[in-house]
Amino acid sequence: MSITITNLNKQFGTYKALNDINLEVRSGELLALLGPSGCGKTSLLRIIGGLDVADAGKLLFNGEDVEQRNARERNVGFVFQHYALFRHMTVFENVAFGLRVKPKKERHNEAEIKRRVHELLDLVQLDWLADRYPSQLSGGQRQRIALARALAVEPKILLLDEPFGALDAKVRKELRRWLRRLHDELHITSIFVTHDQEEALEVADRVVVMNKGNIEQIGTPDEVYATPATPFVYQFIGNVNLFHSRDYASWTEQHGDAVAYVRPHDIDISRTPQDSTALQVEVKLVRAIGSVVRVEVAADGSSEFIEIELSRERFDATTLANGDKVFIRPRQFRVFQTGGQHELSAA
Amino acid sequence: MSKFKAHSVLPGFNLSLGYTLLYLSLIVLIPLSALFFKTATMGWSGFYDLATGERVLASLRVTFFASFAAAVLNALFGLIVAWVLVRYTFPGKRVVDALVDLPFALPTAVAGITLAALYAPNGWIGHYFAAYDIKIAYTPLGIVVALTFIGLPFVVRTVQPVLADVEAEVEEAAASLGAGRLAVFRRVIFPAVYPALLTGFALAFARAIGEYGSVIFIAGNMPYISEIAPLLIVSKLEQYDYAGATAIAVLMLLVSFALLFAINGLQWWNSRRGTR
Repeated sequence: MSITITNLNKQFGTYKALNDINLEVRSGELLALLGPSGCGKTSLLRIIGGLDVADAGKLLFNGEDVEQRNARERNVGFVFQHYALFRHMTVFENVAFGLRVKPKKERHNEAEIKRRVHELLDLVQLDWLADRYPSQLSGGQRQRIALARALAVEPKILLLDEPFGALDAKVRKELRRWLRRLHDELHITSIFVTHDQEEALEVADRVVVMNKGNIEQIGTPDEVYATPATPFVYQFIGNVNLFHSRDYASWTEQHGDAVAYVRPHDIDISRTPQDSTALQVEVKLVRAIGSVVRVEVAADGSSEFIEIELSRERFDATTLANGDKVFIRPRQFRVFQTGGQHELSAA
Repeated sequence: MSKFKAHSVLPGFNLSLGYTLLYLSLIVLIPLSALFFKTATMGWSGFYDLATGERVLASLRVTFFASFAAAVLNALFGLIVAWVLVRYTFPGKRVVDALVDLPFALPTAVAGITLAALYAPNGWIGHYFAAYDIKIAYTPLGIVVALTFIGLPFVVRTVQPVLADVEAEVEEAAASLGAGRLAVFRRVIFPAVYPALLTGFALAFARAIGEYGSVIFIAGNMPYISEIAPLLIVSKLEQYDYAGATAIAVLMLLVSFALLFAINGLQWWNSRRGTR
């Protein structure tokens, strides 16, 4: 089921949570809403799910206006960050809940409910926990049960609010991959909210980057990483070095008040100047972290550190040590006006 | 001793258990056993005659039925009050929250006199009922009113924190799964607060059984109709019939204990079915 959002606005008191949001979610895709906390991503998700009401704007499911439908009529599965499982029910009863509260004439008989719940528990690979209570499960297990519960009513849309936010790093990574596989099997239109860029880039078909109630960029994970549309996206996704035109005029090509954005892995290091724009710097710190080597350098007389990432092979070829004087040059960069969204040039 | 002691990182088990026993003995067990000793001076036949006396039985019936009715009312309306205080924000919420505790603080005699004046046939509230020939003050109905007043805070204060602990998210999850308001309450909220509600009910019930001060002003105190057992105890004391007074007290104690024990059992059974 596709979702169309046009000119959506939401305000909490004087705080604008959503500012004229326009978004088209394609049927069957897995979309990530990515942004720092307080950017409005959860508000957007709750409005789609019918748990909150927008102040203005349109929300269409498959072209049909759903504004008048409340949460229970939207046929949307919602997964919460803190699971929101029913504590007094067993895992089985939790998953069966959606089936049991259906109106009498739509309700399945007990045998059918049993069959479907076990099918779902199999799907989330937790059938052996059917008789336990939520308090006896680990966080990762609870979230999988919450997902099974949401899927029980065969929703047309699945909404996940920071589904892995409360889990530790290792479980999070595992569940991430698992969610992707599950989505590839079921093809339910899904939207998940996250503040973790790695999670969004790894799992989603498309990523919506949000900031302060606005959408900054919509694109595939590769697009938002490789060609950020705004300085915010540059800074929020991946690491970036900022070179202000005041200090690094040769790179920004003197566009007045401008900033060049350069990814750490887009900087070359050399012992001899590459060309006339090369900058002489001093190596301050060299840290080898797994497969990459992170080098921090600073221009002469500047206290600002520039971060450079090298692959191990490249590093071995140059072998740097603290205090070495070297030259750096960006392979790729983009220039934005200071404080603005306006892009000036790219190289 | 060490056989009963599970290993614990918290020190001071012996000391705190000893203190608990001493405290309970001084405050509860010794006075209560004195009650039994005094009653024993009248012998089995004397006790039996008194316990099966018409007037005593009638007063016990009035006490326990009125207390039960009041506790049921409190469970019902206390749950609503707790719900409103937990789930909504409105101007004056703190004042309402403070008002709930008032029955704790008010001298019970004051409450009794006030309620009697209000619910009397010519009182502010009573005259509406008097128009339909319903008398509240000076009847068993008046006793229920007074006991409801006394017991309200118990239910509200036990249910409130538990209700606050049920996240709004859980209700939202139920709604997005297709549950209507009634189903959300019946299947999600009520099962979560039920144990606390039962505790509040038991407390309000127990408090109502022992209530004296407010009831005597509103009850009318007619033997066989609106005379409560605590009043009978006081009148026995006034006639220097100490053994008779303690005997009624022992009777009340036994019935109360049996009822509270049953409620506890219900709770235990309930908690074994679910988990917390």
